[in-house]
Amino acid sequence: MYQYDSIDKQLLSERVAQFRDQTQRYLAGELSDSEFLPLRLQNGLYIQRLAPMLRVAVPYGLYDSAQMRQLAYIARHYDKGYTHVSTRQNFQFNWPRLEDVPDILADLADVDMHAIQTSGNCIRNITTDQYAGVAADEVEDPRPWCELLRQWSTFHPEFALLPRKFKIAMCATVDDRAAFQFHDIGVELTHDDKGQTQFKVYVGGGLGRTPVIAQLIHSELPWQHLLTYLEAILRVYNMHGRRDNKYKARIKILVKAMGVDAFREKVEQEWAHIRGGSNTLSSAAVEKVKNHFQPIDYPQHDDSSMNRELASQRLESPEFARWLDKNTLAHKQAGYAIVNLALKPTGIAPGDITDVQMDAIADLADQYSNGQLRNTHHQNIVLADVCKTDLWSLWRAIDALGLATPNLGYLSDPICCPGGDYCALANAKSIPVAEAIQRKFDDIDYLYDLGPIDLNISGCMNACGHHHVGHIGILGVDKKGREFYQISLGGNMGRAAAIGKILGPSFSQEEIPDVIEKILDTYIEVRQPEEMFVDTYQRVGLGPFKERVYVKAD
Amino acid sequence: MSKLIKGCEIVDNEWTLVEQDSELPLQAIAAGELVILPARLWLTNQDALRGKANVGLWLDSHEEPATAFTSAAVNPSTQDESEQASVPHSVLIDCNTLPLIAVNFPVFSDGRGYSYARQLREYYGYTGELRAIGDVLQDQLFFYQRCGFNSFAIRSDRNVDDALNGLNDFSITYQSAIDVKQPESRSS
Repeated sequence: MYQYDSIDKQLLSERVAQFRDQTQRYLAGELSDSEFLPLRLQNGLYIQRLAPMLRVAVPYGLYDSAQMRQLAYIARHYDKGYTHVSTRQNFQFNWPRLEDVPDILADLADVDMHAIQTSGNCIRNITTDQYAGVAADEVEDPRPWCELLRQWSTFHPEFALLPRKFKIAMCATVDDRAAFQFHDIGVELTHDDKGQTQFKVYVGGGLGRTPVIAQLIHSELPWQHLLTYLEAILRVYNMHGRRDNKYKARIKILVKAMGVDAFREKVEQEWAHIRGGSNTLSSAAVEKVKNHFQPIDYPQHDDSSMNRELASQRLESPEFARWLDKNTLAHKQAGYAIVNLALKPTGIAPGDITDVQMDAIADLADQYSNGQLRNTHHQNIVLADVCKTDLWSLWRAIDALGLATPNLGYLSDPICCPGGDYCALANAKSIPVAEAIQRKFDDIDYLYDLGPIDLNISGCMNACGHHHVGHIGILGVDKKGREFYQISLGGNMGRAAAIGKILGPSFSQEEIPDVIEKILDTYIEVRQPEEMFVDTYQRVGLGPFKERVYVKAD
Repeated sequence: MSKLIKGCEIVDNEWTLVEQDSELPLQAIAAGELVILPARLWLTNQDALRGKANVGLWLDSHEEPATAFTSAAVNPSTQDESEQASVPHSVLIDCNTLPLIAVNFPVFSDGRGYSYARQLREYYGYTGELRAIGDVLQDQLFFYQRCGFNSFAIRSDRNVDDALNGLNDFSITYQSAIDVKQPESRSS
């Protein structure tokens, strides 16, 4: 992974000093609330319902065991002993004190971490596939490019006060695991016919109040021009994006208003001035970053003998077999596996982990996976380089930590925002809804029979729980001061990007588990053999589900 | 006389800002006083003002450089840059004939002016004094400077000496801009 040099470290320490001074000036009354607002947001600090919330950046989801231990320390020392994995692959602390934040940032800086641009109207954390570098279906490791984008976007002097927040994701695989088509800019890494890296650039995607699938504006951008082309897009947006209404300020609204062709034209005009300029990437600069992401030196293993051993371990423990089937994935290197630690056991807020679990996970990463960890946008944690001979002992260790629920990608593994329990923006709670569904559908064999279902839950229109793109989406809404929930079906955050359709009138919190049951019953009745929920929905549409859910009681 | 930051020093502000929708201050101009006119006012009176070293121009946050200046385009394909400004090309002026250009930040959180500054430096080729005016505060100075501003009229209720610190928040940069063309850390 990327290792900070003295320059990166100095930049971080200057950032901590800057924010310490800003916080002191704010507390002394020298900065107004509105003046301090973007300064604290661009250091990840929100003022929330019960306390501030601090969002720590995990660039493209990748971090190491030492960083995890420091996060555990922060959770213990400044917070209530836990943290939360967000859908942007970051960590969130829910209970820091404003006065402590400069010290927390200093502690983070000690392990090359920060909260820079994790909020505010600026370029946010760059996200990508949680299996980058080890996925079998990968064109090329996207992380060096993400790191180059991270450096370029960090304190970019021109784009600190955009009309609204700006999110960039990169995809380099056949299966899209980064939901790149739902970002302000989605970058897809491809190769040209000579094997040279190039990019497809999509613009104007997003969720929130107005969900939009991004549109292609450049189909073969040579790698040298990645930064200048993005700079041109951002400049057009910065100059022309709406600033009069925050709900119409995202780039998707500008692209829609101009039309994608006119927008592309404008970007091309802008790009003509800076193309080939000083932010053009040299192969030396790219190689320098790529050196940080060299594949580890995998020892040669006899894959077939390891598979035989796994087969006998499967017979020994059906629980192990189930976990192996559901929570581990094929690695591009023979003899290795990708392991997901499941952060959605019933009764725990989805994505939450304790300081004790964090310390233990750090140890497991050191012992079994090259000391590295990844956060997923599904709010789980990945150990990406586990030798197959270690799977049994790793499973026993994580099972003891409550991180081996074999539900990855199933109904009981929802994406869920913190909702009204924590968030000041939320219209409704989301965590209790997730839990009620997990409790009602606790028969794992039934869940396996249903097959993979993305259940995404947001407590408000801001859509942090990505409800629009869940196969089943649940959105908390406020109706005359009471919490209601709207259900949508048919969203898709993968390659076949789709926005879910609203089923009909909303429901109370208590009704939700029964409504979900009716939806699932309908699916089971009408599905064809081997047909996934989302495919059945595609075939039959909303009708049969709607009829069942809204049928008048006799 | 109020103070401002020019380069990285505190100096007297010798220029008087003429507000939007004002009359042309003929007497002051004739008397050689230093004035900064709203862009529209300058453009509509350009025959009388051309070449005057005591009359600058300021752009408001909705007035991109293309609404006032002819582009010394680097790239021939963008010669029609000014079209979208719906201003006849003949009305536009060469920014380098001006003694001073200012860009207004009606609120500090309106970041359009950052892009205007970069455009003025990077492809209008402006080399003179570029001043940030309006809601100009310490915590934005570092970025202003990187985008090409070289003078800063700090909001009048704030201490200019304190604000000066903002220019030195960081000693390192990751990306090239107007001030640093090849960040040392990132060059090959």
